Amino acid sequence: MKIKLKIWRQPNAGTKGAMHDYDLAEVSEDMSFLEMLDLLNENLNEQGEDPVAFDSDCREGICGTCSLMINGQAHGPDVATTCQLHMRSFKDGDTITVEPWRAEAFPVLKDLIVDRSAFDRIIQSGGFISANTGSAPEANNLPVEKAKADRAFDVATCIGCGACVAACPNGSASLFVGAKITHLGELPQGQPERDMRVVDMVAQADYEGFGGCTNIGECTAACPKEIPQDVISQLNKDLRTAMKHGH
Amino acid sequence: MTCVATPTLVKGSRSTRSTIALKILMAVTGLVFIGYVLLHMYGNLKVFAGQEAFDEYAHHLRTFGEPMLPYGGLLWVIRAVLLLSVIGHAYSAFALWSRASKARTHKYVMMKAVTATLSSRMMRWGGVALLLFVVFHLLHLTTHTINVNGDPGSPYERLVSSFQPGQWWVAVIYLLAMLALAMHLRHGVFSVSQTLGYSNNARSRARANFAGVFLAVVIAGGFALVPLSILFGIVD
Repeated sequence: MKIKLKIWRQPNAGTKGAMHDYDLAEVSEDMSFLEMLDLLNENLNEQGEDPVAFDSDCREGICGTCSLMINGQAHGPDVATTCQLHMRSFKDGDTITVEPWRAEAFPVLKDLIVDRSAFDRIIQSGGFISANTGSAPEANNLPVEKAKADRAFDVATCIGCGACVAACPNGSASLFVGAKITHLGELPQGQPERDMRVVDMVAQADYEGFGGCTNIGECTAACPKEIPQDVISQLNKDLRTAMKHGH
Repeated sequence: MTCVATPTLVKGSRSTRSTIALKILMAVTGLVFIGYVLLHMYGNLKVFAGQEAFDEYAHHLRTFGEPMLPYGGLLWVIRAVLLLSVIGHAYSAFALWSRASKARTHKYVMMKAVTATLSSRMMRWGGVALLLFVVFHLLHLTTHTINVNGDPGSPYERLVSSFQPGQWWVAVIYLLAMLALAMHLRHGVFSVSQTLGYSNNARSRARANFAGVFLAVVIAGGFALVPLSILFGIVD
């Protein structure tokens, strides 16, 4: 199949970028979106042009490294990461617009690569538990209710790709923070730091320049791991509880 | 240039300084408005019980609580609560609006909304529209500064004369405002539940969503019945 690409090109963080048009032939519908970009880059290399910079790592949908706003949707039209999106989701002759995540907290480093270390700092500020060192405790000493274990596991599938921020009209990180809060808050090990965690993580997200949540739900629609909107309700509830406890 | 490197972590964070605290202020003041519009709508529907019942109700609102409260005392208490709520609601809305526009200064060339309802996307401008309507409404039926059809003596007569077909534009303004109110309630009620942390699973989220639609239809519909009935001569 033949496609037309409109891709954001920006040499570095300090230089202004622009959309560039590329024509690409001999695209197989079995290619992943990233393999299609690899093909484009091979062509660009042959022509002596600078290849398009984009993030990728595992290419099996579990690491959260790939990103890309594809035709106005984070990770493209399917509920999957960009590496799991295949060219069969597009038609021959399609024009595909590819942009980086847009948020002040995610500055563009080059082309389609953004700096997502704001997420790392949010995790650093509270996404941890304290555990005593020494010999490992007997696993069955700490029973976890099935419903709680399931919910903790489901939201722990968040891979921190940033699609929620990219899709949010407010550039809010609430779905990400909510997933982390819920993941640790459902488990007994997460209880000692529970109040401190939500206050610190929310403060860090605010400090990084993410917007506030207006419960529109675009984040959860864009999430490749289908994290539900109720983690945001949980986040708000935990913050209110911390407020009551005087934090 | 150091883009990545040194992490800066916030020290001494407080829950009350967060964006979520602003959202909670917005939700609580929103609940005050929901309670108020429900009572206001109930009072308006007295118009269907006839002139005497409506005027009596309007009078009783002012003598309510006498002699513990002075004449009109209850209304002033309600006005004070509403004024404080408007200030809180608008302050948090504008603070969050400005934050959101700073969170993404570089817009996408192409951006598709997948699940956003029209109501959810109209919250901010719809809120501004409602605020302007409230100013108009107060100038019209509270202070009588805007006088559309003479100044008849009783509240009932003033109401009925305002929505006569001859001044159809008054009814249009009110009906458009009720559409804006319906949309604001439809997303606002759901948002209150989310912000106060009452929709922590799919079922409660569906319930909150339904409550939004239900209250929007009941409240805006209840309000709209009055100008519509007058316009079509059912009430005269």
